[in-house]
Amino acid sequence: MPETYDVIVIGGGAVGCMVARFLSRYRLSILLIEKEADIGMGASSANSAIIHAGYDPLPGTLKAKMNVAANLMWDTLAGELNIPFERRGDYVVAIGPKELPKLELLLEQGRRNGVPGMHIISAEEMRHREPNINPDVSGALWAPTGGICDPFAISIAAAENAVQNGVRILLETAFEDFIMDGKRIVGIKTNRGDFGCRWAVNAAGLYADVVMHKAGVRPEFKITPRRGEYCILDRAEITVNNVLFPVPSDISKGILVTATLHGNTIVGPNAQDIEDKEDRAVTYDGLGELWDGAHKLVPSLSPRHVIAVFAGLRASGNAPCETPGVDYNHDFIIEIPREVQGLVNLGGIESPGLTSAPAIALRVIELLKEAGEKLEEKPDWQPIRPPRPRFRDLPHEEQKRLIALDPRYGRIVCRCEMVTEGEIVAEIHAPIPARTYDAIKRRTWLGTGRCLGSFDMPRVVDILAQELGVSPLAITKKGPGSEFLVRPTKQVEG
Amino acid sequence: METTEKMICITCPKGCTLEVTHDGQTVLKVEGSGCKRGKDYVERELKDPRRMVASTVRVRGGTHPLLPVYTSAPFPKPRIQELLAELRKIEIKAPVKMGEVVLADALGEGIDILASRDMPRMTG
Amino acid sequence: MALKDKYDVVIIGSGPGGLAAAISAKKYGAEDVLIIERDVELGGILLQCIHNGFGVEIFKEDLPGPSYAQRFINEAMLLKVEALLDTMVLDITPQRRIFASSKINGFVDIQARAIVLAMGCRERTRAQVRLPGTRPAGVYTAGTAQRWVNVEGYMPGKRFVILGSGDIGMIMARRLTFEGAKVERVLEVMPYLTGLTRNYVQCLLDYDIPLQLQHTVKRILGHQRVEAIEAVRVNEKWEPIPGTEEIIPCDTLLLSVGLIPENELSKKAGVQLDALTGGPVVDNNFETSVPGIFAAGNVVHVYDLVDWVTEAGLAAGKSAARFALAERRREIRHIPLLAGHNVRYVVPHELDKQTLMEEEVRLQFRVKQPVEEPVWVEVHSENNLITRKSERYVRPGEMVTIVLTPRHYEEVERATSLTVSIVER
Ligand SMILES: Cc1cc2nc3c(=O)[nH]c(=O)nc-3n(C[C@H](O)[C@H](O)[C@H](O)COP(=O)(O)OP(=O)(O)OC[C@H]3O[C@@H](n4cnc5c(N)ncnc54)[C@H](O)[C@@H]3O)c2cc1C
Ligand SMILES: Cc1cc2nc3c(=O)[nH]c(=O)nc-3n(C[C@H](O)[C@H](O)[C@H](O)COP(=O)(O)OP(=O)(O)OC[C@H]3O[C@@H](n4cnc5c(N)ncnc54)[C@H](O)[C@@H]3O)c2cc1C
Ligand code: SF4
Repeated sequence: MPETYDVIVIGGGAVGCMVARFLSRYRLSILLIEKEADIGMGASSANSAIIHAGYDPLPGTLKAKMNVAANLMWDTLAGELNIPFERRGDYVVAIGPKELPKLELLLEQGRRNGVPGMHIISAEEMRHREPNINPDVSGALWAPTGGICDPFAISIAAAENAVQNGVRILLETAFEDFIMDGKRIVGIKTNRGDFGCRWAVNAAGLYADVVMHKAGVRPEFKITPRRGEYCILDRAEITVNNVLFPVPSDISKGILVTATLHGNTIVGPNAQDIEDKEDRAVTYDGLGELWDGAHKLVPSLSPRHVIAVFAGLRASGNAPCETPGVDYNHDFIIEIPREVQGLVNLGGIESPGLTSAPAIALRVIELLKEAGEKLEEKPDWQPIRPPRPRFRDLPHEEQKRLIALDPRYGRIVCRCEMVTEGEIVAEIHAPIPARTYDAIKRRTWLGTGRCLGSFDMPRVVDILAQELGVSPLAITKKGPGSEFLVRPTKQVEG
Repeated sequence: METTEKMICITCPKGCTLEVTHDGQTVLKVEGSGCKRGKDYVERELKDPRRMVASTVRVRGGTHPLLPVYTSAPFPKPRIQELLAELRKIEIKAPVKMGEVVLADALGEGIDILASRDMPRMTG
Repeated sequence: MALKDKYDVVIIGSGPGGLAAAISAKKYGAEDVLIIERDVELGGILLQCIHNGFGVEIFKEDLPGPSYAQRFINEAMLLKVEALLDTMVLDITPQRRIFASSKINGFVDIQARAIVLAMGCRERTRAQVRLPGTRPAGVYTAGTAQRWVNVEGYMPGKRFVILGSGDIGMIMARRLTFEGAKVERVLEVMPYLTGLTRNYVQCLLDYDIPLQLQHTVKRILGHQRVEAIEAVRVNEKWEPIPGTEEIIPCDTLLLSVGLIPENELSKKAGVQLDALTGGPVVDNNFETSVPGIFAAGNVVHVYDLVDWVTEAGLAAGKSAARFALAERRREIRHIPLLAGHNVRYVVPHELDKQTLMEEEVRLQFRVKQPVEEPVWVEVHSENNLITRKSERYVRPGEMVTIVLTPRHYEEVERATSLTVSIVER
């Protein structure tokens, strides 16, 4: 008899983690499985980190509904889970006279979606608000409810809060198949054995099509990975303080230039359909494309200011919108399908998926209620994830107090981002332990400054080895196969 | 048989490119040297090429797991790999003082291997 | 070690630049000299540069890096230079207050009469970023690899490609070969070698390691760990020439693409930087644009020979000592003028005692509370009454004046502060 849960969530991205967190409010036994060495290693950690206002999706689509509903949730959510988030607003910037009329169309679309506070500002006003802007700007659409966040923190914070409230999380555990009893899902098979369940939630991102096909659901649904590449610019060289979108084309929102919460500007993404769902390689040609896009908005940006590049894969689906009269074929899937019992099916969750994750989680709860689940609230549910100290954000006096309390906060390990040994150790022993270099990086932003880890890397490997009680040779960048070191210097084999 | 070839002097950071004429044994002419050490270099390099060698040996109970060491004089080039293999076998005990002989008369070449720095004992 | 609140000279960084500055500051009369170093021992980057080639100019000897450093460490210890190890300076102010943080020493807050910046340099990683491809383990700077191999005792790979023909890259090629690794290739984007020719001979040629000029890495392959890199020939504009690609199997890519001065702290202190060198603008005494803050070594510009770093450090240490001693003299001469009973403030705030030898000094102040009857206005040193005068009344609205004259010089000379107060009669 395998271990049995009320609900098993497949996939530990922003969506899976939010679902687990919101469900942890009810008397349910919940398991979340993630195939990688850490949660949030998929699309949820390689994106533009924008909490969209909601003027972009076509009215009537699930994307539009989820986006606008979720946008309103972000202040409370970020507060409860301690996710860095700022509602800075965003701009769609028209360059030259031809693009100007498009702003009206977007404004109208935003109004129909129910986005509050939008209006068009003059070129002069735009130049004033963002001095780096292309002087040929002809006007801009201003959406005050747009925001930026720390994308890594979203999955981690939600998952951690879920664990606080009794959810179990298994890493390096991959879903392989469903265990069926006729038309009813009674469990799942994984590389780590079988688990029983009454409900399975498909939150597998890029692999959501594979997962639903295993249950015989929507055989025609297909996810095409669409790669988006980015450059990160050194904050010591240039700072753009706003979120700037170009006027969108028919196929994408275009290459944007945006501020991050850490002060570094990012440029991207482009959009390339590819075959391989694991191909996160940045391409030479792609980088060229980014610069053409970036220069259109901010001509003074230079490739010389780049400190890092990365790519994310959009889980681009082909599900038609179910609202009658809306002709759109890339909508989210959020459903309990009729063909089988016991599946909550989420698919095609591309942008604005990060933004929408909490609204998707609430919708999942509604669907479960509609399916007859008596969801009973736990009186002791704890919605707050306690914050851990961040040395760099503290005034000197408090830094002093912190070091007096725990001297490990006195040793700076990452000089660019000012991350201390104390913070690293705290993450290694957190409810969801950080056991790889990249896991620590996603939680502390260590190694993301201009020296890109060349200073901190040996020190972090050392701390991980010590805290985990293993040899430095066993420490990895992102899971098995990515070890940093190969042997002691003096042991030459052969 | 007389030949002319280009050699790079490695005696000092200037690294002059020397035009050397020799008959395999004796150096007949050296052009392009920034100082007279250039000629000495060529003579040695033809007959008995040598290099300073720096590496590490294992150390027990020190503040680091390895102690950097170096040769007290330039070491015959063809035997460097042999010397390195020899150094891999050595493990010494902390504390060590700079200049201490870690291996005397290495490979019978009359050259000592010296500690490059102090290595205090690990405390606590 | 008990930390003092105030030091004559504080040196940030203990590489050859910092050590030389500390030694020379001591020799030129500074009493309290402190080095703050973020690593667990003194010596700076030289401790991981275990190869020979240091000290040819100063010692006329061919020393390995650690030996060169050890000589200066020993001298500094003999001269009783104090050191705070494992302590990172976080912040310095233009007034030379220093904030540092440490696991063993806690939060450090001290005042320096003079500061020498000797933070050295960091490795450039720019090229890394323009390296398209995946982001697996196995891409390191040459310096990081050097630390692992030489100090921590671990090999970061078995088959290497090195990007950049700088000295650190070539020296690492030899080091790795010495420790049984295979270096497949050194690639250089420029049409010429960027390090010393001598290192090309004794690090690459000697061990048959191929060097390709005008080549770069087009792409990194491998998901978890580097599996290969794609090398490509470039034109004069550094653009890849199609058709010249070559896949080189390897598990590690080392980057050795140059050094830049480490100046985050200098910026915080408001020191003016030179856009070309990346380091502070200095005068011939190695003083920066902020008085009392000096800089020496690779923090100023990247040197090719460590001997010149030492020379610069010696000069900066001397200037810093001179500045600190002048500060001390100034501090002894200047004493604070304090507001005593029923006095709100006194202007001037400080008194230069020597002025009193020749001239009068007028002290002016306001009272806190009105007193509508005759009072004494008194000036005291720690123990003695220096002078007093009477006023018929004092009111906050009306400024009060009392004058010190050369007659008071002898009393004032012995004082460390003066207090002005109102005393009811
Ligand atoms: C380039 C780009 C830019 C974007 N910009 C934005 C933006 O600015 N704002 C916004 O709101 N959204 C944005 N998005 C969209 C957003 O990032 C995604 O919609 C969101 O992260 C999706 O979350 P997820 O949990 O569904 O997917 P993922 O984060 O991909 O999570 C799925 C998880 O499932 C795991 N998994 C897969 N198969 C299995 C299996 N068999 N067993 C176990 N686990 C499995 C995966 O390892 C992964 O961790 C962007 C996306 C991209 C790619
Ligand atoms: C990886 C690498 C390899 C090199 N190899 C060679 C070589 O082979 N030959 C050669 O001649 N030169 C080499 N150099 C150049 C070398 O830096 C100089 O020759 C010499 O060491 C410079 O001395 P310095 O005192 O200026 O700096 P460093 O020796 O770099 O010393 C600076 C010190 O300041 C400390 N520091 C920095 N910031 C802080 C802070 N905020 N708080 C406290 N302490 C701080 C650092 O920990 C370091 O110990 C190399 C440099 C690097 C980076
Ligand atoms: S010839 Fe003289 S100057 Fe030239 S490299 Fe040799 S030693 Fe130096």
